[in-house]
Amino acid sequence: MSGDLRARAWQAASGVVDPEIPVLTIADLGVLRDIVVADGTVTVRITPTYSGCPAMSMIALEVETALAKAGIVGARVETVLAPAWTTDWLSEAGREKLRAYGIAPPENAAGRRALFGERHIACPHCGATDTREIAPFGSTSCKALWQCRACGEPFDYFKCH
Amino acid sequence: MATTSIRVAETPLVLYALRRADDALILSHRLSQWIGRGPTLEEEMAFGNFGLDLIGQARALYAYAAAIEAAGHDEDDFAYLRDASQYRNLLLVEQPNGDFAVTMLRQLFYSAFADFYWRAMMTSRDATLAAIAAKSEKESAYHFSHAAEWVIRLGDGTAESHARTETACEALWPFTGEMFESDAAERELCEAGVIIDPASLRAPWRARLGEVFAAAGLALPSPDRWMQRGGRSGRHSEHLGHLLAEMQILPRSFPGAEW
Repeated sequence: MSGDLRARAWQAASGVVDPEIPVLTIADLGVLRDIVVADGTVTVRITPTYSGCPAMSMIALEVETALAKAGIVGARVETVLAPAWTTDWLSEAGREKLRAYGIAPPENAAGRRALFGERHIACPHCGATDTREIAPFGSTSCKALWQCRACGEPFDYFKCH
Repeated sequence: MATTSIRVAETPLVLYALRRADDALILSHRLSQWIGRGPTLEEEMAFGNFGLDLIGQARALYAYAAAIEAAGHDEDDFAYLRDASQYRNLLLVEQPNGDFAVTMLRQLFYSAFADFYWRAMMTSRDATLAAIAAKSEKESAYHFSHAAEWVIRLGDGTAESHARTETACEALWPFTGEMFESDAAERELCEAGVIIDPASLRAPWRARLGEVFAAAGLALPSPDRWMQRGGRSGRHSEHLGHLLAEMQILPRSFPGAEW
């Protein structure tokens, strides 16, 4: 019974997209952490990418709406911080969707090393690796602004974290 | 102001959470004051991003303080309904923005500390604090790296940018000692493995700054110079009152106002 409810809740919640990167669902992003069913009450656990991510309250609202549409009322959305989100939580499908959308996906692993060392981010438009960082802080907390030297196009890079 | 301030029961843990939350909130408010005035659009974005990260950290810490105080206060009450003497932040973070050199150097001093601090706090026996630390550590690493790049550029730039960075350092240095201090309340938490002793970060902080200053062609002031203190116990510079007046006027004048 509760396993069935959890599966329905997961299906509904996992379809919610990030309001700032609408090609990614919160499941692709790894923002959707868990769904717990206890005494018939559904609790959805989400985690922020960055502490101050302003999209969190909107995501919480959309999760509640998606669940209500699926006939699950009275669900709670809870924010959890541990384990901390890193770009490793981003699924392979999510990385591919980002690239297709024109955002370079984060480099795998490496966190701190990648933060200070040389990086060669592939341009999501033409694939060239002759690229440069224009600004480390971009249009949202999770992105930096880069430019491709080969095709000249600027692009967003989803920061490794 | 129409609304009276709340009274907070400052147990050691509540006090600790408020101190760290206040650091993040006040610095974030200072950074937000650059919006619309930044030297370039990219730097405004950087300040906006730093500010957002810090507000996120402050919210998590205020929410935790509210949960352990269990007196019905929430994050907004802590932010909007305490007077300057109830704020527990470092004097460093409330210092006015000054010019770009002052803002960047203040960011460098704080983030070089915060980065080490939160990384060390990830081993806290308090699961909530360890989780907040794990998030904050990743963010302060970015803040430090950005501030360090700018301080190197300013120190190693023109004669004017070099001179201004030296002046900024003279002005801010006396506020750096407070980061490494703790009192009886914090020592109690430290012995219980809940928090770390910030004094242990003094040497690594100085070594790290030394690298940045060397690359910037700047001289790191002596650690033995006289240091200001008082923020942690609510004795602030006059600047905090002005900052709070601006930050709190709306919720104080229109209690319960919503957008």
